[in-house]
Amino acid sequence: MTDEERLKVLEEKAAELRRLAEQDGLDLHAEIAILERKIAELRRQVYADLSPWARVQLARRPDRPSGLPFVQALCEAFYELRGDRVVGDDPALRGGLARLAGMRVALLFHHRGATPEEQRASRFGMASAQGYWKAKRIMEVAARLKLPVVTLLNTPGAYPGVQAEAHNVAGAIAACIWTMLRHPAPTVAVILGEGGSGGAVALAAADRVLMLENATYSVISPEGAASILWKDAKVAPKAAEALKLTARDLHELGLIDEVIPEPPGGAHTDFSATVEAVRQALLRHLAELQALPLDELLRARYNRYGHVGARGPNR
Amino acid sequence: MPIRKDRRERYVEVEVSGPREPLWVRCEACGELIFRRKLQENQYVCPRCGAYFFLSAQERIASLVDPESFQELPLPPVPEDPLGFVDQTPYRERLARARQETGLREALVAGVARIAGYGVTLAVLDFRFIGGSMGVAVGEALYAAQAHAAQARLPFLFVVSSGGARVQEGVLSLLQMVKVVAGRELLAQHGVPYIAVLTYPSTGGVLASLGSLADVTLAEEGALIGFAGPRVIEQTTGERLPPGFQTARFALEHGQVDQVVPRAKLREELAQVLRVLAERP
Repeated sequence: MTDEERLKVLEEKAAELRRLAEQDGLDLHAEIAILERKIAELRRQVYADLSPWARVQLARRPDRPSGLPFVQALCEAFYELRGDRVVGDDPALRGGLARLAGMRVALLFHHRGATPEEQRASRFGMASAQGYWKAKRIMEVAARLKLPVVTLLNTPGAYPGVQAEAHNVAGAIAACIWTMLRHPAPTVAVILGEGGSGGAVALAAADRVLMLENATYSVISPEGAASILWKDAKVAPKAAEALKLTARDLHELGLIDEVIPEPPGGAHTDFSATVEAVRQALLRHLAELQALPLDELLRARYNRYGHVGARGPNR
Repeated sequence: MPIRKDRRERYVEVEVSGPREPLWVRCEACGELIFRRKLQENQYVCPRCGAYFFLSAQERIASLVDPESFQELPLPPVPEDPLGFVDQTPYRERLARARQETGLREALVAGVARIAGYGVTLAVLDFRFIGGSMGVAVGEALYAAQAHAAQARLPFLFVVSSGGARVQEGVLSLLQMVKVVAGRELLAQHGVPYIAVLTYPSTGGVLASLGSLADVTLAEEGALIGFAGPRVIEQTTGERLPPGFQTARFALEHGQVDQVVPRAKLREELAQVLRVLAERP
């Protein structure tokens, strides 16, 4: 039995004891307390040393805190801006203007959806060309108003489809990178779940890049790498390890700025604690960035990306 | 710098067709057996069916620039195999093999040259080198070439032949997309024009960054231009791909490039672009 399976059994037992205690009025306090201590201990063990592949599974959970509910909990006010002004609107990549701790900011985020209909419409968070053209447009609004841009990422990648190509998804991603790089105010990217390839980096050319503890950021999905390089999709767990896609690995490589700890069982076990942890980290980084004069902010940003990877570990 | 000298010599060697090259080549499209010299004279386009062969970076450069005008820029040194990546073959072995097969140090050759008398800085990807993929070395070399173009005020020419990001360098490869866009911003700040030539294939992270941000974008006839490869699209979406999907013509019809140019006319087309874009001859 794996630790995770053992954890599940213990949790079921605890639930049963609680039910018995309630139904039959038995005093099982001591027993339940012991069990709960055991569960907490085991949970710490299980989640402290998760394999990259296990983190990939956590990052992909449909109940992972992200998307519109996350934004609504994060900000005092959010007004959505829709449409790329040319062909359409993309429900997988959304954005708008927000009040965050009293500050005006522009927000961009992937929305995977909670219901099957929403998930179908957003293609599980795979944004198409319209999404990235819209993101560029919203960044331009923010640039005119000199507002910070905050991006919240959770996408398997940009949508690979005929319409996406016809509407130049590659050009849209490139335009997002360029627009974000030139942005005349602070930019912070937070990877909440999956940070998949070009679809993620389009919104991550930021002054600060933060990741939740079990989020991933990768050039390709482990399954994709496994089938291309190993010619065997079954070795995805191995590929996940080799790709160094976890927050901890990327922090060690100096490619991200901070790992935001998650509640013990993973972000999905405690939505509000996760939002609060992200909010604290976000506000701290924004405050640091806003203390810098614009020319210094831009110089630091170009230094960060102008030679990334060329001098060994970044920091 | 010794590396530069070596590479210059190799460049000359390949240009005059080195001893390792076979005399006859088979066209994969129509099966025709073609005498290599004939193929070379025809700019590596099949004389029978018109199929386009890959050009190595050196062949591409030779086909575009004025004779003997090319001066290579050295590749900036970068740490190799940053992740210690091992799949079925260790990445270091793949690199060694690619180097042996191509005589190149990496998938990009950059330098300064003249085209119809106009000075340019150019960077050319070589698909034979791990699919022309962009890792730290390619990203750094592209940035250096753009910085050179900005400083020297020479139009920047980028010839794309790439499958995208170098998977074996993980997120570092993704971040090269940001790096080469930072280089593109340098060109813009110095008012230096940028011309992209998209060839077979121009896909993934290279197209979704520098490849899509030129002032003037040409597509070589025979190019494949798209973010995701056709196989990925079919497998992910189950969509049937329309005829001519992701061809140079498709890109032109969808407003993604300025012109489609046959390989034999590319040099003349670039000369025309430079006539209106270059500050001085």
